[in-house]
Amino acid sequence: MKILVAVKRAIDYNVKARPKSDGSGVDLANVKMSMNPFDEIAVEEAIRLQEAGKAGEIVAVSVGPAACQETLRTAMAMGADRGILVQTDDEVQPLAVAKLLKALVDKEQPGLVILGKQAIDDDSNQTGQMLAGLLGWGQGTFAAKVEIGDGTASVKREVDGGIQTLTVKLPLVVTADLRLNEPRYVKLPNIMKAKKKPLDTVTPADLGVDITPRIKLVKVSEPPARAGGVKVADVNELVAKLRNEAKVI
Amino acid sequence: MEREAMEFDVVIVGGGPSGLACAIRLRQLAAEQGRELSVCVLEKGSEVGAHILSGAVLEPRALNELMPDWKEKGAPLNTPVTDDRFLFLTETRAVRLPTPPTMHNHGNYIVSLGNVCRWLAQQAEAAGVDIYPGFAASEVLYHEDGSVKGVATGDMGRAKDGSEGPNFAPGMELHAKQTVFAEGCRGSLTKTLFERFRLRDGVEPQVYGLGIKELWEVQPDRHHLGRVTHTVGWPMDTATYGGSFCYHLEDNLVVIGFVVGLNYTNPYLSPFEEMQRFKTHPAIRDTFEGARRVSYGARAISAGGFQSIPKMTFPGGLLIGDTAGLLNVPKIKGSHTAMKSGMTAAEAIFELLRAEDEPGKEAVDYPHRLKNTWLWDELYRVRNIKPSFHWGLWPAMAYSALDSYVFRGKAPWTLHHHPDHESLKPAAQCKEIVYPKPDGVLTFDRLSSVFLSNTNHEEDQPCHLTLKDDTVPTRLNLAVYAGPEQRYCPAGVYEFVTEAGEQKLRINAQNCVHCKTCDIKDPSQNINWVTPEGGGGPNYPNM
Ligand SMILES: Cc1cc2nc3c(=O)[nH]c(=O)nc-3n(C[C@H](O)[C@H](O)[C@H](O)COP(=O)(O)OP(=O)(O)OC[C@H]3O[C@@H](n4cnc5c(N)ncnc54)[C@H](O)[C@@H]3O)c2cc1C
Ligand code: SF4
Repeated sequence: MKILVAVKRAIDYNVKARPKSDGSGVDLANVKMSMNPFDEIAVEEAIRLQEAGKAGEIVAVSVGPAACQETLRTAMAMGADRGILVQTDDEVQPLAVAKLLKALVDKEQPGLVILGKQAIDDDSNQTGQMLAGLLGWGQGTFAAKVEIGDGTASVKREVDGGIQTLTVKLPLVVTADLRLNEPRYVKLPNIMKAKKKPLDTVTPADLGVDITPRIKLVKVSEPPARAGGVKVADVNELVAKLRNEAKVI
Repeated sequence: MEREAMEFDVVIVGGGPSGLACAIRLRQLAAEQGRELSVCVLEKGSEVGAHILSGAVLEPRALNELMPDWKEKGAPLNTPVTDDRFLFLTETRAVRLPTPPTMHNHGNYIVSLGNVCRWLAQQAEAAGVDIYPGFAASEVLYHEDGSVKGVATGDMGRAKDGSEGPNFAPGMELHAKQTVFAEGCRGSLTKTLFERFRLRDGVEPQVYGLGIKELWEVQPDRHHLGRVTHTVGWPMDTATYGGSFCYHLEDNLVVIGFVVGLNYTNPYLSPFEEMQRFKTHPAIRDTFEGARRVSYGARAISAGGFQSIPKMTFPGGLLIGDTAGLLNVPKIKGSHTAMKSGMTAAEAIFELLRAEDEPGKEAVDYPHRLKNTWLWDELYRVRNIKPSFHWGLWPAMAYSALDSYVFRGKAPWTLHHHPDHESLKPAAQCKEIVYPKPDGVLTFDRLSSVFLSNTNHEEDQPCHLTLKDDTVPTRLNLAVYAGPEQRYCPAGVYEFVTEAGEQKLRINAQNCVHCKTCDIKDPSQNINWVTPEGGGGPNYPNM
């Protein structure tokens, strides 16, 4: 079974995101970018399935500018076998990414697609679900454990009340949650080897997908500064403040 | 422990201007002469540039020599210096002084050295250099005959107590015919080489400054593209070496920084708070009206100059850039000299390997070559300016003028240094300094500042700030010097806390910005800074 893993190049989790002064977006100039952490978990899961003999080739896919090649090389240094970059400098929203991935699934015919549950830059949490919808496949989102059986997979999900276990038919879309696994460290010789693994580049037009944004971004701004806390004398004052000032009860 | 090994012709430790220039020059020579030559650069930052903190006004001299077509290749040198000011500050006033000859910046550019390094890394990769960011060189490896064999990268995934965690990955050995140490100021491996090969015998001790820097986005009407301002005087007393730099970059960005000589004597002095206080000066604060601070960081800088340059070669390797102290001190410029030393070393290594293509040889030709370049002449001429500051600001200014204008740096004497860790006086002999509280608009506390350096270290790993003796922090540092590490560390890593009625030093290693000040200033040299897991440390954008 072939596995397709989607990896996004996103602002590094250590970096404090800062809106541009004109509010048109987050300032990314010379800011450290890396693979979205949930996508790292997705790649790791694919590799573990391969190591366990449950999967064949692992194909990593990224959508975005040329710099996403780095992200694909990281996925390949971790253990993915080859990479596909859908190259575009335009904005790509979740629906467009899902359509691009669908086009690649049609071409590559994987038995399993693994994505991160969301990307830490826009936190949309939509691509996996949309992809499953477009493909008409089953989905196991927020996966905390994945087991591949014969023609089906069992996916454990962390839901509000506890752990939910789904049995889903293959082919399947899985989105990775934080506790699915802990990604491995990339080893130096593997980075070198990854440089020699195949990396194909296609464009949205090659795949016949229109990526025109459907949603308009109005403004990006800092959250309002948090006002300092106050000490209240008793419950009555607390209730009064919650009702009259905070207006939450 | 068995570790995997990889072989290269040249391994370079550190992806700063010196290491990258060296790597590029090596590949250029190899291409020109049609030779195979494998070159690898290790960088402890998560990416090249992540750990680079500089002013920076860049003299393009070395870059012109390395890549005359840097403009076409898109080097981020966008802002020529247009206006050069030198101010003397009193608490309330600013007096404009004639700009000293060593400070003239005509033809230079205001840059982010981190971005220049990001660009140099791209050029190096295009030239066939293997660059590995996120890997710290944590150990020097030796052949049986004592020559340097290469370096090992640190283990990944060790727990705090040193045990192997679930994702443990052992370090790698990188073997090379020549290993180049380009670690920048106070390199942690260089320190071990100084001892092993006695490289500092017969030279003056290295002395340092700590530079603290902030990047601000200012209102357009406060921005003067290309302006360079340096100040001396307030808030330093005249006995302490220190001064500021302020550069107006593109995109309404302004850099403001303060350098304090680490030979200061009062343990109550806090370089961080001096920097905060400095910004409130009437001649300075205006620029930051309505502005937004976007980044913060700190880094030590070598200030010993010419007389502190160690022996730079040993069997199997050599030193380049600021780890060898190759910096023009009165100019506080070291990136052009770092690059030039890297290029010169590359040429020496290339010739050496052409004659004797085997490991463990000594590139003795490198210092000779360096002595015949403009770099050596430049460093020699300014050698007496910094040490003259031992006499206090005014005599030093007078001396510097005499030295620069009359002797033109060729005075027939050379002044001496004392190591920085010996300079602190016991707290009992000093006056406590009360610093103003931060206002959260122009001045800040340490933690909100460190936040902007994007610093992080994987939490569960052995502490990289190692103490030779656990009792020294309270027994000596706190008892005699009132705990100076709480004040000199610009990242708030060291904290004295009371636990069960006893005072204890707490080390918040996760916050460390790798400035190396503690390794330099600890009074009994009890703190040894070693590399943490690769990729840890600051993630400076545009610094
Ligand atoms: C506040 C300040 C202001 C300055 N202003 C100017 C200026 O205006 N103009 C100017 O020309 N110069 C200036 N300098 C000096 C200049 O920044 C340095 O001289 C220059 O950066 C030295 O280059 P380098 O390559 O030797 O070291 P660095 O630039 O320090 O680079 C060393 C690199 O090696 C990496 N490294 C270190 N140890 C290891 C290890 N063990 N394993 C892996 N990687 C490692 C580091 O992470 C770093 O990336 C300033 C310096 C400071 C601190
Ligand atoms: S712990 Fe040492 S090296 Fe780290 S920031 Fe503090 S003084 Fe600098």
